[in-house]
This record gives sequence, C-alpha cells and structure tokens, in this order.
Amino acid sequence: MSIWRRVTNLFRVKQLNDDIDEELQSHFDEALAQGRNPEEARRAFGSPLRHREASRDARLITALDSLRADAVFGLRQLRKSKITSAAAILSLALGMGLAVAGFRLIDAFLWRPLPVAHADRLYAVVRQGLGPSGDFRISDSNEYPLFVRQRAAVRDEAELVALSFSDRAELTFKADDEIERVNRQYVSGWMFPAFELRPAVGRLFTEDDDRTRGEPAYAVLSYEYWTRRFGREPSAVGRTFRMDNRIFTVIGVSPKGFAGTEPGTMIDVFVPTVMHEGITHSDWSWFRTLAILRPGVRLDTVREKLQPVMQVFHEERAKGFKTESKLFLARFLSQKLLLEPASSGLSGMQTEYRRSLIVMGFLIAMVLLIACANVANLMTAQAASRQREMALRISIGAGRLRLVQLLLLESAWIAVAASAAGGIFAWWAAPSVVARINPPNSPAQLALPLDWRVTLFAALLTFAVAFVCAFAPSLRVSEIEPAQALKGEERQSRRRLMLTLVATQAAFCFVIYFAAGLFVKTFERLAHQPTGYFSENLVILTASAREPQPPQAWDEASAQLRNVPGVENVAMAGWPLLDGNGWNGFIWVNGQPTEVLAYFLSVSPGFLDTMRIPFIQGRDFREDETFPGKAIVNEAFVQQCFDGRIPIGQSFEKETGDGVTRWRFEVVGVVGNAHYRNLREPMTPTAYVPFFGINRAGRREPKNSASFIVRTKGDSPASLIGILRSEVSRTRPELRLSNIRTQVEINDTHTVRERLLAILATFFAAVGLLLAAVGVYGVLHYSVLQRQKEIGVRLALGAGALDIAKQVTREMSVMAAIGIAAGLAIGFATVHFIASLLYDVKSTDPGITIIPILVIAGTAVVAALPAVIRAGRIDPASMLRVD
Amino acid sequence: MSRKTDALQGSLDLLVLKILSRRSRLHGYAIMSAIQQISADVLRVEEGSLYPALHRMEESGWVRAEWVNNENGRRARVYELTTAGKKQLGIEESRWKAVAAAVNRVLLEA
Repeated sequence: MSIWRRVTNLFRVKQLNDDIDEELQSHFDEALAQGRNPEEARRAFGSPLRHREASRDARLITALDSLRADAVFGLRQLRKSKITSAAAILSLALGMGLAVAGFRLIDAFLWRPLPVAHADRLYAVVRQGLGPSGDFRISDSNEYPLFVRQRAAVRDEAELVALSFSDRAELTFKADDEIERVNRQYVSGWMFPAFELRPAVGRLFTEDDDRTRGEPAYAVLSYEYWTRRFGREPSAVGRTFRMDNRIFTVIGVSPKGFAGTEPGTMIDVFVPTVMHEGITHSDWSWFRTLAILRPGVRLDTVREKLQPVMQVFHEERAKGFKTESKLFLARFLSQKLLLEPASSGLSGMQTEYRRSLIVMGFLIAMVLLIACANVANLMTAQAASRQREMALRISIGAGRLRLVQLLLLESAWIAVAASAAGGIFAWWAAPSVVARINPPNSPAQLALPLDWRVTLFAALLTFAVAFVCAFAPSLRVSEIEPAQALKGEERQSRRRLMLTLVATQAAFCFVIYFAAGLFVKTFERLAHQPTGYFSENLVILTASAREPQPPQAWDEASAQLRNVPGVENVAMAGWPLLDGNGWNGFIWVNGQPTEVLAYFLSVSPGFLDTMRIPFIQGRDFREDETFPGKAIVNEAFVQQCFDGRIPIGQSFEKETGDGVTRWRFEVVGVVGNAHYRNLREPMTPTAYVPFFGINRAGRREPKNSASFIVRTKGDSPASLIGILRSEVSRTRPELRLSNIRTQVEINDTHTVRERLLAILATFFAAVGLLLAAVGVYGVLHYSVLQRQKEIGVRLALGAGALDIAKQVTREMSVMAAIGIAAGLAIGFATVHFIASLLYDVKSTDPGITIIPILVIAGTAVVAALPAVIRAGRIDPASMLRVD
Repeated sequence: MSRKTDALQGSLDLLVLKILSRRSRLHGYAIMSAIQQISADVLRVEEGSLYPALHRMEESGWVRAEWVNNENGRRARVYELTTAGKKQLGIEESRWKAVAAAVNRVLLEA
C-alpha cells in the first residue's frame, strides 16, 4: 500500500509539492499567531526548500523519480540525433525481429505444449535398439495387438492412446466433386475424452466408436478444415464422404486449436483406429503410442510394466520367424522400451528440422549481437560528444550509478522502439518461413499464435538487448575523469572498446558467412546431384480409380496421352522415382539369403527409355511380360548380389513378406543406377519389375492406381498439364487424377530443407555484413573526428593522403583480422554440430573460408572509405584554430 | 544548537510518537511546542526538520494525517497515531530505555 502510494506519488509530483508547501506555510502562520517575531521564526525554521526536498524524498520513491526524469531526458537525447537513433533502431529492429520470428518458429515446432489436458504428463512410448543392419535406432511406431496388451497392463497408472502417423488421403464429398487431398490421422476413440477436448459442433469419438468397423464409418473434422471447407457451417455434421472406397459420416468437429499431435502437420480428418487395416496385424507398426500418466504415478513404474509386455509379444512373434538370422533375432529381442516426454507433440518434421532450427537460432543470435554491438558503438560515440556533459554531472555530484542508469534508459528506448518495429517484421517473417519448410504441394502447417509466450520472450529480449547495448558505454562512464574531460582531453580506451566491438562483429560475421557458405554448397551439391535419369521435361500424372481397372483402360489412357502434341513418350510406373514411396525386400541368390535390401518398382515397357535410364546390357520388358517373372536390375544390384558379374539369364528371389514364400525373377536387362528414395544416400540396389500382375487364368490383373510418366518435347512441361489432365478424364473418366507434378518438382522436395537453410543463412549473412559495415563506418568516422586535430597537424607537416589513410585504418585492419581469425576458430570448432545438415562439403574447402574473408575484408574497405576521404580533406589551417 | 539537534536526531521519532499517544490530532507546530514545553525548553526541535520526520512516519504507516480547519479558521494538517504507530512507540521506548541504562552504567562505572 505504502509502496504503491509512493509510486503513484511519482505521477503527481506537483500536487505533492504544493501539499508540502501548504503545510510548511501553516506552521509559519501558527508561529506568527503565537506572537513570534517573523524574522526569528524564519530563522528557527531553516530552509523551507531543503525541508520540502527531504519531505518529498520521504513521500516518493526517489529512485523511481530519477528514473522518470532520466527516461524523459534519454528520449530527448535520442530525438536530438535522429539519424543515429534511426540507424540504431533499424539495425536492432532487424536483429530483434529475426529473433522473435525465430523464437515463434522454434517454440511452435519444438517447445509449445499441445493444447490438451495434462500435456505435462504426456509421454511417448518408444523402443530403442539395434536395427536390422546393426544401426542404433529409436523407433516410436507400434503394433496394434501389442498396444492392446500394453493398454490393459497399465490401466491403473496411465491411459495409452494410439495415434497413426498422419498421411495424405483422398476423399470426395459428392460423387462428381474434385478429389480433395487431406491430412488424415487414425486415433483411438478415447483420445478426445482423455485429452478432455470438447466438440466445436456435433460430438467427438468415444471409446464405443472404436470397437467395431461401423457402416457407414465415423469421422471427426478438425476445426481448421471445417472452417476452410465448410465456412464453419454446422450442417457439415451429418454429411458423408467417400475415402478409400468406404463411406464416412461426419459426426462432429474438434475444438479450435487442436489439429492433431504432430507439429508441422495439421490434421483435417480424424478416423477411429478400428478403421485401419493394421489393427489385426502383429507385424504392422503404423502408429505412435502416447501415455497420459495418472497424477502421482512414477514414470519408471509405467515403464517397468510395459517392458515385459513388449518382451513377451516379441518372443511370441520371434517364434514365427523362419528365415531371419540369429543376430537379427538377438537384436530384435533386446529392444528396450522407453518413455520420452511428448508434451509438445511428436512429428517426423520435428526430427528432421530440429537441428536446422537450432542452427538458425544460433545464427540469429549472432546477427542480433552484431546489431547490439552497433548500437553500443553508436552510443559510445555519442557518449564521446557528451563527455563534458557527463563530466559536469559527475563534478556536481551525480553518482556513477545514476549515469549508468541514464545510459540504460537511453538504450531501453532504442530497444523498445526496435522491438516494436521488429515485432512487425516477425509477424510477417515467421509464417513465410513456415510456408517454405515443406514442398509447395504440402507445406508445413504450424499454428503461430501471438500469445503470452511470444510476448514474454519479446519483453525479455528487449530487456536483455537494452542491457547489452548499454553495458559497454557504461563501463566507460565509470572511467571518466571529470578534471581531464572538462579540459577537453580524452582517453584512448573509448576507441579501443569500439574497435573490440568491431572485431567481435567481424568474428560473428565470418561465422555466419562460413555457415551460409556450407549450406549453400550443400544445397548446390544436392540439387546438382546426378539422379541417373533426365529429370527435365517430365510430367507425372498420378491416377487412381475406385475399383481396380483392367490393363486395357490404363493402356488406352497411355496411348491417348502419347497422341497429345508436344508429348514425346509415355510410360507407367507404380509411382515416380524419388516421390517418397518405396517397396523393398531382402534378396536371395542361388537359394541363399543375402543381406541385400533391394528396392522394387513396377514399370511398363518403355519406362526406362522415357526416364532415359541407360541400358548397359539386355533388353526392356515386352508387353506380355507380367509380375513376377522377369526383372531389370541396376548396377548397384549387380555389384551387391552378383559381385559385379553381369547376371543376364540368372535368377534371384525376393521375400514376399509372409516370412515363408518368395518370388522368383529372371534378369533380362541391366541398367544404369538411378536414385530411388533419397538423393543423399548411395545408389540403392534396385530391381524394375513388370507393371501388371497375372491371375490364375493367365491374364493381366486390373490395377487401381498408377503414375503416368510423360516426357514432353518442349522446355515447359508445365504448359501441357491442362491438356494432359483433360485427356485422361476424357478418355477414361473412371481414372481420377489425384496429383500432377513435374519430376523436377518431385526432386526439389528432397532439397527443401537444404534450400531453406541456404536461403536463410544467406539472408542472415547479408544482414550481418550490412550491420557490420555500418559498425565499421561509424567507428572510423568517430575515430577520424576524434583525431582530426592530430591529422591536421600531420597534414600541415606534409604527410600525404596515403599516410593518413594508413594511419586511420591501421587499427581497424588489425581488429578486423583478429575478428576474422576468431571467427575462423569458432567456425572450425563448431562445424561438427552442423555436419549432419551438410552433404559432400568440407569446412576446409578453400572457397568456404576464403570467400567470406574476402567479402568481409572488402566490405570493411568500402565502409572505411568515407571516413578516410574525410580525413584526407581535413583542412589543417582550420583544425589548428579549434580550441 | 546543531549539537543539540544531533542528540535529538535519534529520538525525534520517539518523542513525536509519545506526544501523539498522549494527545491525538495535533498539528506540527503543536507537536513542536509540546516537546519544548514538557522538556522545559531543554529539547528544541529544529522546526523545519520536524516535517520530513512526520512525513517519513506517515509513509511508514505509524501516523495518519488529515487536513482540518482549526478553531480560528486556519487550515492545518493534524496527525494521529495508528496501531502500527503504537507498536512502534513500544519498540522505540524500550530501545531508548536500554540505551539510557547503558549510558548510565558507563557513567557510573567509569
């Protein structure tokens, strides 16, 4: 109460003074009324001014009062030198804007708790062990029959929830609607109650919805999708849609803000787990298991109950293994079950981008520090011109702490203004980075609310920045020698401090540039990685049908596409190379299992020619060849399975996946290597197999999906997309096109992260360089001003302009060199941290280190020029007259 | 004169609180006069410095102040003791007694 009144008194200082004056006056009046001599009474009373001051101090927090006064004074100072202040605010705004944007991203991706009840008691059930090839791995996927047992085992300690890895699904609300692609997640029926979520409209799943496969099946829409697709129309509840040849009824909409548990992906449609084919399979792992611990339950208790359940399940499964090696079996049975905190959700995108985001955070921090160094330098330079003012303040009794407070408040004004401007920048920047995180056709979706977390971060950042900026100039204040300063002398330490800051800027600048160089090089290497085929001028049309369509339908559509003007060739494949789909199996040669895991792709005759994958030996498939039977393999396959001997006419086998039977293939051709899954890994052994299977009657079997691979003649395959689309639906309306892409687009999806890192790091490097240039300019400018008398004398004594330039820039060059050397050391010391983000580049590449050195040195020279020119133009005569 | 006030400095709070505990709602001049009278002119408060002390005690919550119009129509700010003030008076009194006893002992024994 009392403190509060003393604070509020701050804002009515005038009234307070009047109040005190009136009381003192009434005392005086009283004295006169008692008949005392006015002269004597006044003397006895003492100085009213002094008493008023003392009273005032008692009645308000003087520290706060001086704070208010300094704040006002600081603002006036800033407004006096508008350009300097604007430069400081802008450079800081850029740095702080980046920092806030970076925080929003990192927070939304990695830290923000899910908007569900008990997020703090949410854990992911994961297993840790050695994979089939002996690699250490942590897997968060689970098998449903095991999940059922696990859930029962810890019923009293935790609720387990199954959530499938979200996938893209195709659905139509009305038969003639375009196919929509949505993010789908299978979830346990009891998930919504366990998370204590309430429906926006309709109802959410309960455990009962997850017992049997209903007809029609139930689905819950997410709030986002409901808004986007139905404009929040309550009548969306009760509508039906078709997905995977099944009819679903919408029973409700999930609450606003909840869009699944995978940061980076917003779920559109929730479906009960019972609708997933995998729930009866002991060998399908297709979902994550989240555990919501009941209050007060120890993590280890749950873990100790879950581990044996998994062990028993694995032992039962291992009995069914016929062909697996002893080592594989041992590894399979020695897996450990762990519980990992999952309060902010789990997603593959988190795993993929975690390190990139952290690196981004560090780069931003360095940009911010460069900006802070600038502001500190500007303030130090300003403080120089206020040297006498400060000295005067000290000589009339200002405490040095009070001067530090004055500086702090000035930098606080700058920081506050910068954080406001930076906030606007961050508001725009964060979403635009998110939009670039994934391939354009399925961008990352991230809720980026501007809530108290962001506000708190911005506030803390503002405080920290104000403090950091004021720190260096404050050190100098405490060194002021009033006597010397008032005489006009100045210490050299101020310039030394500024030069140190410039060296720091150079160091950070180098590190950012160094990292940017590595990321750009990585991106270039990956983007120009030979794929093994010619990706230009390829359009991929992915088609699917509700019912499997006979081979004639697919052939007819292919033929029709081939007739489109501008089309050179058309083939079919199960899916295009590098689009993320894969089909693999262990290979047997001569009746013996091998360790080779090969990738398979079903292709029509002409696929390899269309892709321009070169034949090394042998021939293409014939129209009548079917799966299984013949195969065309790549060189890696020949190397690993046949020791490099051309195997035409020989056979190999592939496990069918049931653990017993195998398919047999005869090699009819050998082709060059082409990337199947990933641009980063070595070429995988690959076998191409005929497109259509064969039924008992010896006829080719119908298929319900395929991709048409269309090679165009022109340079702009995208211009043909419209015609190609209409050709397919005209010829065979039952074939629905769900996706049309160019092969280049597909390939680009493999370098999205690298591209993003390269763009961001380059941007940071440019900003950092610009800011550092401003820093160099400012410091040199100041140093010339400070030494103009000396320079004048030298010029008068006959020094040439070159000597002066040398003299002015000598210290700066030394500091920049020291900074770059430090940056080099930091860069090399930390490069291993980003090693996993790099591809085929070495930090020791001359280009990686020399280019930044040249750029930074060049920038420093350019930034130094104005000051050097100014120094050369100093008029000795007028300089010598000063003071 | 200055010596006299110095001796008083530490005990000014005590005196003011004590006076106010005997007679409530006094203005500054009256408090000063009371101290002077009761001490038979031995203790003289430097008149002006009474007010900062009063204001400090007001901020500490020991006394409460109020503007009133007194009998001859002049406005005056009168003070009275609060509960916290009464407690404080007890503390100050015992402290003073301890100090006085200590000083006496030194005077007697030395």
